[in-house]
Amino acid sequence: MPVDKGFAGRVYPPTAPYEVGREKLREFAEAVGASHPAHTDADAARSLGYPDVIAPPTFAVVVAQRAEQQYVADPAAGIDFSRVVHADERFSHHRPIHAGDLLVSVLHVDAISERAGLAMVTTRVEIADAEGAPVSTVVSTLAVRPEDS
Amino acid sequence: MTTAPEGTALAVGQEVARRTVTVDRSRLVRYAGASGDFNPIHWNDRFAQSVGLPGVIAHGMWTMGAASSVVADWAGDPGRVVDYQVRFTRPIAVPDPGAADVEVVATVGALDAEAGTARIDLTVSFEGARVLGKAQAVVRLG
Repeated sequence: MPVDKGFAGRVYPPTAPYEVGREKLREFAEAVGASHPAHTDADAARSLGYPDVIAPPTFAVVVAQRAEQQYVADPAAGIDFSRVVHADERFSHHRPIHAGDLLVSVLHVDAISERAGLAMVTTRVEIADAEGAPVSTVVSTLAVRPEDS
Repeated sequence: MTTAPEGTALAVGQEVARRTVTVDRSRLVRYAGASGDFNPIHWNDRFAQSVGLPGVIAHGMWTMGAASSVVADWAGDPGRVVDYQVRFTRPIAVPDPGAADVEVVATVGALDAEAGTARIDLTVSFEGARVLGKAQAVVRLG
């Protein structure tokens, strides 16, 4: 099934909150080699003015990809992951994510276009904290090869 | 704790950081678990080859994350990285046995005195070819 262009413009309901844990941030930081102590040592983070350890700049992908599942895992969307390549990614942080955050995401399907025979699917996840204040905006584009290639 | 870089001490084109990061198969398994991205192209050669890849490739998001720590360390505070974008232009085939060395070079791409920010451009390469395009991080200066 080809990518259904009718999903463009769709906005999904807010996700259940994602609770950011210290040990999850440690695990993620170690996996990407982010050795700055603000990721693992609460005192180091506090000395920089943060309430607790903070996330590396790309950690928001963990939160965003959960929200994106609502769309990309929907069979009606026509996104077959064996034909998908990640084309680009962008994070705009209103403030760093820190341990203890309860993050709620709203997924937007911003655009579905065609480029060189590929379907280019751009999603945007707006991540906010428990008070509704914006935390991060995550924009991601997937390139989906047609079925017969 | 290092102090934040100041804009007055920077010039466009200046190299501010350089690091070689190493990725092997165990690193990819670790990243898969930490990120929740269990796509088998990042851990299963048979599957990767069945979809036309030479073998297991690194998560683009691992490469993006590893490169960001070079900027975060230079900034003295990872929270100063306020915007970060990349295009994934070429996969990194991760050998088994062995490891892939990825070179990260950070230079000043632009300075915005009014906003108090620097755009740091990242050249991220593997086997002499760039694997990320338009890799740009905006850093809030001190």
